[in-house]
Amino acid sequence: MDRFTWSSGLLEMNETLVIQQRGVKLYDGDDKAKLDVGVAMLSTHQLLWRDMKNHECCISLPLSQIVYFEEQAAGIGKSAKIVIHLHPVSANKEPGPYQLSKFSYIKLSFKEHGQIEFYRRLTEELSQKRWESTPVSQPIPTATGLQAGRTRAVGIVGIERKIEEKRKETDKNISEAFEDLSKLMVKAKEMVELSRSIANKIKDKQGDITEDETIRFKSYLLSMGIANPVTRETHGSGTHYHLQLAKQLGDMLIEPLEERGGMMALTEVYCLVNRARGMELLSPEDLVNACKMFESLKLPLRLRIFDSGVMVVQLQSHSEEEMIASALDNVTEKGSLTAEEFAKLLGLSVLLSKERLFLAEKMGHLCRDDSVEGLRFYPNLFASQA
Amino acid sequence: MSFEWPWQYSFPPFFTLQPNVETRQKQLAAWCSLTLSYCRHHKLYTVDVMEAQESPMFNNKSIDRKLSTDAILIVFEELRKKGNLEWLDKNKTRCLVMWRRPEEWGKLIYQWVSKNGMVNTVFTLYELANGDDTENEKFHGLEEWMLIRSLQALQADGKAEIITMDDGKGVKFF
Repeated sequence: MDRFTWSSGLLEMNETLVIQQRGVKLYDGDDKAKLDVGVAMLSTHQLLWRDMKNHECCISLPLSQIVYFEEQAAGIGKSAKIVIHLHPVSANKEPGPYQLSKFSYIKLSFKEHGQIEFYRRLTEELSQKRWESTPVSQPIPTATGLQAGRTRAVGIVGIERKIEEKRKETDKNISEAFEDLSKLMVKAKEMVELSRSIANKIKDKQGDITEDETIRFKSYLLSMGIANPVTRETHGSGTHYHLQLAKQLGDMLIEPLEERGGMMALTEVYCLVNRARGMELLSPEDLVNACKMFESLKLPLRLRIFDSGVMVVQLQSHSEEEMIASALDNVTEKGSLTAEEFAKLLGLSVLLSKERLFLAEKMGHLCRDDSVEGLRFYPNLFASQA
Repeated sequence: MSFEWPWQYSFPPFFTLQPNVETRQKQLAAWCSLTLSYCRHHKLYTVDVMEAQESPMFNNKSIDRKLSTDAILIVFEELRKKGNLEWLDKNKTRCLVMWRRPEEWGKLIYQWVSKNGMVNTVFTLYELANGDDTENEKFHGLEEWMLIRSLQALQADGKAEIITMDDGKGVKFF
């Protein structure tokens, strides 16, 4: 009985179940084994036995362990048995129900018959030796010596283990790669601190440097950082985060917006905001989501999407009519304008000035001259000089 | 008397098809009237699209702008819808420009005929278009196909009948 090892009762990939028989009791040699009645299963590679009630209790024996076997006919009050003679136990056998046994054979006692068929199949399997032609991924412990000290990856467990190992390695690589960045983040906070202290010093020493220099330096500092940026860590994710972010954007964007004539492309906003935040960078998606909150928060800012798909942030006061009127005024004054010229006039980006001109055109205030020299806009004389 | 160009002719956007629907309508209307008055002034009856594009009608050299072929086709299509133009071929390379529609010509001719008390008189087509009597009339020099169209329009109203004569066609007014 000591040849048996504990088993999961599961078959390997290329192992097939040949037969199973209920009501089988095991004998350690001539003695009844301390196991209950169970199911004996014969596969192409091993002989298994599982307890009828406690399915966790399952033991197995590789077929290669079998030397020979014989039938023992039933008698009065005795079930038919199959006696299986086994090879001696190998040194590095995995644990089983018996540590030691004086017998080198076991008996299967068939309480519910079926021994004839079982015997026939066992004969077949042992003559075919299918465990040799289609070895399972696990080398049968007793067949050949195990490579000592190393657990081979086996079956699904093995695959899982391999995946796990790979994942760990990747994890390690990633954390190594980003180590620098996190250090940089720590430094960033110091940088912000530093800029603030410099700003304070400048305030104290007003007069020592010219006002112009002070202003310029202050603007550098301003563009360097906000003291405590709203981050996902401090405000969680989702709507609340975006709401807070929208508020912060509202505070910081009004001034630059006024400077730029009330409108900024979203890309421009993105750059400005992230430059100001230092290292706690915003994702474009978060920025868009925050900008979408402007209206519900009743902030004086609006996200506007032009027909072309260009997105801008504009001051609420900066109404469409005013924009169109200013475009028309400028074009009328100059006779005609290209988007580039208009951009220069207003200090806007070309993209935005173009959008304004298109808008004015759409409203019928301007018309275009598309020639080899480029796209120019004229006052819509077709409408006014009918 | 030289042709008087409309103000739009020196306005560069006139030569770019306007994307704004309302603006475009006004632009096309201006082009239609320019085309018709230009043809009338130069007594053009058939127009080749390619030639027209190079002619001053669609090409203002002084501001270096010319109307694209596509835009010309759109203008012509607009004229066709109004009954002032007919294509001579399927590929739309040549067309008849009727700066006066046949009915309008017919009316002019009939007015002249009735004014001179020549109702119930038979005319040859040559007489009508090139005769000395009509020299001061607008329809003087009208191309024959246009003349026939005009008379057919009158015939449909029962005011004239086209007669086939030995040496061509004639017409009798009622």
